[in-house]
Amino acid sequence: MDINVNSAIHIDDATAQMASVRLPPPRQSFARYWLKALFGTTLNTLITLASLWLIWHAFRRAADWLFFQAVISGGPQVCKVGHGACWPFLVAKVRFMIFGIYPYSEHWRVFAALILFLLACGISMMPRFWSRALIPLWLAVTALVIVLICGGMFGLTYVPSTQWSGLPLSIILSFVGFALGLPLGIALALARISSLPTIRLIGVAIIEFTRGVPLITILFMASVMSPLFMPGRVTIDKLLSAQVALVIFIAAYVAETVRGGLLAIPAGQYQAASSLGLGYWKSMWFVILPQALSNVLPPLVTLFIAFFQDTTLITIVGLLDFLSTVRAAMHDPNWQGVATLEGYLFAGLVYLVFSLGLGLYGRFLEHMRSLSTSPARRL
Amino acid sequence: MMQIFALSMLNFFYDSRVRGVFYQAISGASVVVATVFIARMVSQNLAEQNIATGFDYLNREAGFLISQSFIEYRPTDSYGRALLVGIINTLVVSSLGVAFATLLGFLVGTAQLARNPVLRLLARIYVEVLRNVPLLLCLFFWYAVLLTQLPLPRDAWEILPHVFLSNGGLTTPSFRWGGAHTGVALSMLLSLAFALLFRRTGLYCSHLRPLIWLALLTPPIIAAVALQPEFIVSFPEKLRFRIVGGMRLTTEFTALLVGLSLSASAAIAEIVRAGIVAVDVGQRDASEALGFSRPQTFRLIIVPQALKLIVPPLTGTYLSLFKNSSLAVAVGYPDLVMVSNTTMNQTGQALECIAIYMSVYLAVSLAIALLMRVSFTKNGH
Repeated sequence: MDINVNSAIHIDDATAQMASVRLPPPRQSFARYWLKALFGTTLNTLITLASLWLIWHAFRRAADWLFFQAVISGGPQVCKVGHGACWPFLVAKVRFMIFGIYPYSEHWRVFAALILFLLACGISMMPRFWSRALIPLWLAVTALVIVLICGGMFGLTYVPSTQWSGLPLSIILSFVGFALGLPLGIALALARISSLPTIRLIGVAIIEFTRGVPLITILFMASVMSPLFMPGRVTIDKLLSAQVALVIFIAAYVAETVRGGLLAIPAGQYQAASSLGLGYWKSMWFVILPQALSNVLPPLVTLFIAFFQDTTLITIVGLLDFLSTVRAAMHDPNWQGVATLEGYLFAGLVYLVFSLGLGLYGRFLEHMRSLSTSPARRL
Repeated sequence: MMQIFALSMLNFFYDSRVRGVFYQAISGASVVVATVFIARMVSQNLAEQNIATGFDYLNREAGFLISQSFIEYRPTDSYGRALLVGIINTLVVSSLGVAFATLLGFLVGTAQLARNPVLRLLARIYVEVLRNVPLLLCLFFWYAVLLTQLPLPRDAWEILPHVFLSNGGLTTPSFRWGGAHTGVALSMLLSLAFALLFRRTGLYCSHLRPLIWLALLTPPIIAAVALQPEFIVSFPEKLRFRIVGGMRLTTEFTALLVGLSLSASAAIAEIVRAGIVAVDVGQRDASEALGFSRPQTFRLIIVPQALKLIVPPLTGTYLSLFKNSSLAVAVGYPDLVMVSNTTMNQTGQALECIAIYMSVYLAVSLAIALLMRVSFTKNGH
């Protein structure tokens, strides 16, 4: 045995010498690598130079607009004649843009609620805190947030839902929408792959209809037609009808994502569950759904990002979300036509930061999943 | 005896088929009851509020102006005609959007995989920014940019020969479209549909390819010879104060087109990148080992395999672009939804208007999904 191995090595060595096998190229130095990547060929050099010129030009114009030519202090009149960004607009309007028409003296309540909510989110995003203890935490946070925003108790003045606006409203709508849409979507996904034809049909009809039409038409339907669905002269709160529309909309998309996860579970899991004597609900709850949901967690995060951006559409049915408070600030008679781009860029930056942050989190989840599922387990 | 009976009853109730029938009956019945209840409620409310029902209003005079229309339309035309204008506007903006988004998306998607790190960085920034900012915000932004940052029509930029861009919108060459053109276009569509259907039947094989091309080209040529469409092209000219001739596309249209194409192109770029990355590295190595050059490898080995992975999500992006064109209402481009909303405000027949636009969107969505499935699967697989 030993001799064989040795001789094999020996022969290998000999053949290597005979055929003068090329050694692996020496590791390139850092500078060499970059030089080659940037200026390796003529075309590459041209591309690099063009891109660098573009970046430099964009950077210079942006810096000019943002700082060097910007109006740092003064009023609308100064901004009107200036060529750069109008910082006084942002300073004067930032509170209105974020909190909207919520009573000015009560802004601290929304701010506190926002901080509380973000803290709770931050805690529940960390896998080390994933346990049942999160349920009471969220119940407590929800109760506190409701008390803070609604008021009407503990000496806080009552603020009707018509005054909820700005960034908090966007966050409430998307978060509540997703929190309610997730279970509904899971139910729809289960209905869609059910073995019972009638239930499957209902699931398919709801999902395909909702996904086949634009969100804006569902929102219009909710705002225009909801009074027709109610007995007598009962009117539904505009916010509530928009929220219901958003829940149904996101549920249909969640359903399709979850269905993908359910279909990816090998049939053996279903068979194993039923051979253990688990009924339909028990096998779903203890065996199938936990696996399916953890598999589709990253796409669900992506879905949530898209949904968070889609809540801007409620601007069109006349609700005051973050985008519409920004627009309202821009259309303030004093500032009319002065700071159009500034407003949109500010709103865009806020959305960008939120979405990029969530996107990073989605990537982190995916990374974690790829660590936890070794190739052996995946088989 | 009693015990046996009870046991058999128990067995009966625990039979999964019996339970299945029971659950289905309950859910089916509750859907029917809910539908009937809502329908009765709606008809009662409509009667109480004296709102007319039915689709008679489609024949009445619309009486409102539409700022952009690709077919002839006057305010004295009917609501039905106005609706048709809206549908065509939606289809035009979304098909142009699909074309631009695909082009840009494939460019940026491959740029994301370029060997040049600076180019890669630029492509990455493009995709991340556009994917993480809401489409509605982009539309408002582009509309504001077009209105405030572009020159007046008299100083319009000529971005391409005979294509002018100003804050009044985009002016492009146009040619007069007549019945003959419609005939030729229809014959093209028909022969294309037949060719696709034929490919799905088992009869297709590669020897028949010339025959298929012949069958594809003959009907349009016959139609062209028979109908003799004229090509009277009108080129826009920049005069001292304004632009004359050509076709004017409004600023709203331009903003919507730019916003839709850019956002969708970012999504397509991601899909293209993912599709190319997902092709096994071994394929690349094997191709290089066979002596293919890098461009050849890309064109002959990578792209065909990547396309298989790219097409399904691409269909989804096209569908969402089509549905997102309904955001036209935000910038004031008279698409299907906006025309319907005006109609709704004038006639009060919300139910019918919403039913119409929802069914149009559903029908077109299903049609696009079907078309993509038919044209990118061979023999129906």
